[in-house]
Amino acid sequence: MKKLKVIVIVVIFGLIITTLYAFEQNKRKEVEILTISTTTSLYDTGFLDEVAKIFKEKGVELHFIAKGTGAALNDAKLGISDMVLVHARSKEEQFMKEGYGVNRKIFAYNFFIIVGPADDPAGIKGMNVVEAMKKIVEMGRKGKVIWVSRGDLSGTNIKEISLWKAAGFNYEEIKRENWFRETGSGMGNTLLYASNKKAYTLSDTGTYLKYEKEGKIQLKILVDKGEQLINIYSVIIVNPEKGDKTERDFELAMKIEKWLVSDEGQELLRNYGKDVYGKSLFYPAVEILENKIEPYYSWIVKYGFINGSECPEEYRYKAEDYGITFW
Amino acid sequence: MDPIIEITLRSLKVSGIAAILASVIGIPISLLLVFTNFKGKELIKSLFNGLLGIPTVVMGLFLYLLLSPKGPFGFLNLLYTEMGISLGQMLLILPIVVSFSTSSIEQINIEIYELALTLSASKSEAMMKVINEALPSILLAFIAAFNRAIAELGIALMVGGNIFVYNGLANTRVLTTAIQMHVARGEIDIALELGFILLGIVFIISLVMNIVKRVWL
Repeated sequence: MKKLKVIVIVVIFGLIITTLYAFEQNKRKEVEILTISTTTSLYDTGFLDEVAKIFKEKGVELHFIAKGTGAALNDAKLGISDMVLVHARSKEEQFMKEGYGVNRKIFAYNFFIIVGPADDPAGIKGMNVVEAMKKIVEMGRKGKVIWVSRGDLSGTNIKEISLWKAAGFNYEEIKRENWFRETGSGMGNTLLYASNKKAYTLSDTGTYLKYEKEGKIQLKILVDKGEQLINIYSVIIVNPEKGDKTERDFELAMKIEKWLVSDEGQELLRNYGKDVYGKSLFYPAVEILENKIEPYYSWIVKYGFINGSECPEEYRYKAEDYGITFW
Repeated sequence: MDPIIEITLRSLKVSGIAAILASVIGIPISLLLVFTNFKGKELIKSLFNGLLGIPTVVMGLFLYLLLSPKGPFGFLNLLYTEMGISLGQMLLILPIVVSFSTSSIEQINIEIYELALTLSASKSEAMMKVINEALPSILLAFIAAFNRAIAELGIALMVGGNIFVYNGLANTRVLTTAIQMHVARGEIDIALELGFILLGIVFIISLVMNIVKRVWL
């Protein structure tokens, strides 16, 4: 008798759980859902919230998962996301080479900046970026300045590593020197840390402007010149043949990609944040590629193209069916 | 619905389900641990005790890998869902429920159980008597478990993904992940507001349970 009671309770309990589970899974089927792994610098400005709102009205829920570029690509490899928004060419190329990604399109760019204390003890204000990095090492070794690095293999961190290389230093070696600090966290935290320590750091424009505007940091833009500072955002679709993705997910992802590079998407990008910060956080890249506007065109070619194209032939997949062309 | 209210309700729902599940599974386990004797019983007890302080990020990472579409449990489609967070948090707090109720039942066990038996109660009646006596402590275990669930970040972030679409049907943003995100975005005011809501919930629930305990038990 007692055993029977226990069994009944267990069965009822099991039923409740399965119902809840079925209910949730069913709710997910009612709407079209697309999972997009994105770099934090795009997400944290709030730009993607706008995009999600626009698509919600069209009946599609865009689920943005904000992570660093490395983690975002890993998400896609595990079959979680249907597309990625990232900004680190070397990693993107590897990702596509391994067969995970197709149909890469460059859709936005802006510039990284070196920020530091207003009195600028290293004296790098207005310098070219490579010269500035050399100067920071020199002054750092004298114990006069501190450099803060994200150290999280995000797109920003990868850019920093390449800048150190361009200046003739090995990141792995100088990061052990005592004037060099790693936060291992996001841009916001890194800026706060740099501000407290009166240190220098590399930042994306969006996060810096936001923190500066709200008076959270006492850092000034010191270096914004140099083509090496260009920051190029691209969208990559997860290869449906490798990612356990259905044809429908792929179709939806291609539509989103098409929208991002359409006039509507590019216009939203151009105007986003202008009213609040007085300048654009991102610049649309499509018009630059279309009209070959210099000097930006050659910079994007140099720092954003893979083998002379934004998406080489071998990484394209049924793009013409969706009316997408590549530069 | 206002996003803050939506997020708060989701936190309560997700962690509430987790705490109820953990209790329904955990209390029978602790009864088993107290009233039966079998080989390896002490081992299981110390296993649950050891898991009390398991870091939520580690738990989150395991679940993220297990539940990802290419992982062994990917077919369940639980990654980046509310149910996924609930089940993850349930695993996290199960050791709390088991350890707390086991030790409180053990303390009462010997005296009451034997007294009831000498007063000619049947075995199961005596067992019920013990559970009855231990009820306040079991309730306390439930609250501790719920509070740990609602306040944890690692699982909610890695298994939940902090998804939020305005008026969305499949959002997963909860209080802790929202706080983390707003801090990263530099929106400290909203983060603080959410933080106070979270503290308020934890505090009020403990208070209500204390009153319940005093009045009814």
